[in-house]
Amino acid sequence: MKVRYFAWVRERVGKTEEDIDPPAGVATIGDLVSWLARQGEGYAYAFENPNVVRSAIDKRHVRPDARIAGASEIAFFPPMTGG
Amino acid sequence: MYVQAASGIGKMTTTIRLQREPFDTAKEIAALTRSRTDIGAVATFTGICRTDENGESITALNLEHYPDMAEAEIGRHIEAARQRWPLLGVTVIHRYGRIAPGEGIVLVVTASRHREAAFAAAEFLMDYLKTRAPFWKQVEKPGGKTGDKIWVEAKASDDTAAERWGGR
Repeated sequence: MKVRYFAWVRERVGKTEEDIDPPAGVATIGDLVSWLARQGEGYAYAFENPNVVRSAIDKRHVRPDARIAGASEIAFFPPMTGG
Repeated sequence: MYVQAASGIGKMTTTIRLQREPFDTAKEIAALTRSRTDIGAVATFTGICRTDENGESITALNLEHYPDMAEAEIGRHIEAARQRWPLLGVTVIHRYGRIAPGEGIVLVVTASRHREAAFAAAEFLMDYLKTRAPFWKQVEKPGGKTGDKIWVEAKASDDTAAERWGGR
């Protein structure tokens, strides 16, 4: 599945997007965040406070308990500051 | 990006545009009300780039966005507004990229038969755009090098403003 990062999450991870293949057992957004946070220093920094980072599955906001099965695009980003 | 439904009496016209370029509020009102005599009220909200952020002067804002999701999310909130109020037209324009002080960032235009719906829907849409539309502001400080760019932090007051409309 494709993962996209925005704003300071993107800067900390050091990538705008990537294809990932998380191991079985990574079932929810929360699981994915925990797994990503272990993929290197940048990821650990981006997800150091998992309650702050927001997420979307296929362009819809979701909560950490959302299941990722069947998702084609997952995004992580800070709280929004548009408008 | 442009979404426009067929126009006509009693129909709702929806326009969503995400663009780098400045917008012209008068032109957008004219476009929304052209050839229509059923609209009795138009309300607009324009968010403008100030010259200061948190008491410090800035030279510009840079807005990052998630294009496809921004368009979808704005569309969902327009649909929610339409279910709540008898709207005849909505235009939402949100800019991205570099925006200088004095320039518009976001424009919401709402049209209805009477003012109550137009005012309320504009406020509702803005409250949700602030907290749910995927845009992120970064400020450029005077004498700015790349390292001086700072991400604007989300305000709890914006969440409170959106929450008062109830369970969405």
